[in-house]
Amino acid sequence: MSRIASEVDNSGNRIAQRFALLQKHKRPGLVTFITANDPTPEMFMQIFEGLPSVGADLIEIGIPFSDPMADGPSIQASSQRSLKHRTNINDVLTAVAEFRRSEIDTPVILMGYYNPIYHYGGQEFAEAAARAGVDGVIVVDLPPEEAEELNVHLRANDIHMIFLTAPTSSDERLPTILSKASGFVYYVAIAGITGTAVADEQAVKTAMARLRRHTKLPIAVGFGIKTPQQARAISAHCDAAVVGSAIVDIVGKGVAADGKVDPSLSTKVLEFVKSLATGLHGAWP
Amino acid sequence: MAEAPNTYKAGADDNGHFGLFGGRYVAETLMPLILEVERAYNACRADPKFAAELTHLNTHYAGRPSALYFAERLTAHFGGAKLYFKRDELNHTGSHKINNCLGQILVARRMGKTRIIAETGAGQHGVATATVCARFGLKCVIYMGAKDIERQKSNVFRMRLLGAEVRPVEKGSATLKDAMNEALRDWVANVNDTYYLIGTAAGPHPYPTMVRDFQSVIGEEVRDQLHAAEGRLPDSLVAAVGGGSNAIGLFHPFLDDVGVKMFGVEAAGRGINTGEHAASIAGGSPGVLHGNRTYLLQDENGQITDAHSISAGLDYPGIGPEHAWLHFQGRVDYVSATDIEALDAFQLCSKLEGILPALEPAHALAYVTRAAPKLPKDHIMVMNMCGRGDKDVFTVAEALGAKL
Repeated sequence: MSRIASEVDNSGNRIAQRFALLQKHKRPGLVTFITANDPTPEMFMQIFEGLPSVGADLIEIGIPFSDPMADGPSIQASSQRSLKHRTNINDVLTAVAEFRRSEIDTPVILMGYYNPIYHYGGQEFAEAAARAGVDGVIVVDLPPEEAEELNVHLRANDIHMIFLTAPTSSDERLPTILSKASGFVYYVAIAGITGTAVADEQAVKTAMARLRRHTKLPIAVGFGIKTPQQARAISAHCDAAVVGSAIVDIVGKGVAADGKVDPSLSTKVLEFVKSLATGLHGAWP
Repeated sequence: MAEAPNTYKAGADDNGHFGLFGGRYVAETLMPLILEVERAYNACRADPKFAAELTHLNTHYAGRPSALYFAERLTAHFGGAKLYFKRDELNHTGSHKINNCLGQILVARRMGKTRIIAETGAGQHGVATATVCARFGLKCVIYMGAKDIERQKSNVFRMRLLGAEVRPVEKGSATLKDAMNEALRDWVANVNDTYYLIGTAAGPHPYPTMVRDFQSVIGEEVRDQLHAAEGRLPDSLVAAVGGGSNAIGLFHPFLDDVGVKMFGVEAAGRGINTGEHAASIAGGSPGVLHGNRTYLLQDENGQITDAHSISAGLDYPGIGPEHAWLHFQGRVDYVSATDIEALDAFQLCSKLEGILPALEPAHALAYVTRAAPKLPKDHIMVMNMCGRGDKDVFTVAEALGAKL
């Protein structure tokens, strides 16, 4: 996509502005996931900073965790590669602040598990994340029933807490989640862990109709979208498609058994992201 | 220490919290499942037919009540407290794990589930799960760390004989915590037909409460049996704590008897100060893992660190949330015993009582060895002999440098 510059925005509205812009351009958004410092801090930064210009509309950055229970083998391996560098929350936030020096429009969402954040301290985390230029946070193992202790600090710092919904979330349960949701809603397209099954287009279409009855927020769909064709098919029914494992797999392939990193890795990753963006453009009639 | 509550038995609250601890820290995909388990369990709890069915199985299948045994020679050896063993190692399958498995398999059946998954460390819970699945004709998949498979080969074979599929987990430290991660991943991917039969008093609500309730038969029996034998309550209770299911089962019925002191014995591995241990309370801090907030072994960045214990059943970097709360309240004292102390206790018990304890209760006995000699002769101490040591003979032989 052609990037449209806007004024510096520190009000936590980058997410809303980005989805408004996508509406204006009449196309769905591409959300890309990579894990911080994977495979090395330098290569990660090259990829991160290159993402907006190849069509990533929102960027999710994974905070690595030793026990990523909702993730499949690709993202587990990615977390392990990151943890070899002893990546912590301060490192992740430093990377976001660095990114923000040149990129002010693209929303950045942190995604991770609760324990590292809890250990850091909810309030300290929210304040530091806001200073770094983070727009939203997804905490995989923090359902709405447990989320308030962190969300109170995120709200105070204008950071959106983005909640997951799943095929297993009943109509009865959806209001519990969606009444607390802000920014956008993340729909997990498969009952399973990341990067395993392929999302089913018809099931997603049905699920979107169900979700839209409960929320006016934009809906991003993830888990099980691996190719430009799948991204195009799924995003025809939602506001954005999230691709994670497929990108992270390319990162993993760029690391040799001896740990040596392919110097052209960032180019390969960014080319793939570009193909996703191209595939997804024109998904809407 | 927090202010003493009116009762120590009120938890968990409606959201599964024991004070700061417990809760339901799971991905949304799992949330509806655990809410469904909670509804099903509450319905079972309210149904006298469920209780009757469980009691029947406990009596005729598991062999309950287990004996309360006066350990006469160890008592004489220590020269202090009068020591009783609650003989839960005599249960069918050789440990207390069957108590919980019989309860949960009835819940799973009422939910109409046809496939059972479980994690196991020492293999005792895996064997108990495989056993009840065989008994009720349900498909059974057991996740077990590759390292644990190596040190518990006989239990692995037992599970296979019982018709279970044992899936090795190579990830992470290849022990119990990683097996639990894989079981949770399996569950999210098989939501319709699968029931996750958690083996310890940890995990997301309602598991810590449900497992405790099914294990409380231990303490309830001790109460009656000791009343018959001594006409009074015990002075102290001692149990090993990994996740803590045998300990909470012994302790819970006595929590409001303020005169009864309680000691949970964590595995100190090579020593707490070496960092190679499994003592979450002595050497950990509060955090969130596997669906609950509790004490965890973790580094300065909140990454979970590997536990170490000679006992595969205690080799876990966390502890059940109710124990975390009981520690916080000061109601139970959490102490620890090292690998070497447990090995010494293992040998002592074998020679003096003719009972090979599992390495888990050998940790409890190691604490008894330290505490009992200093106590008066009219002090009655009950230790939970929660498992038998047959499964551990290879580990013990290796540790003692014996060739088999």
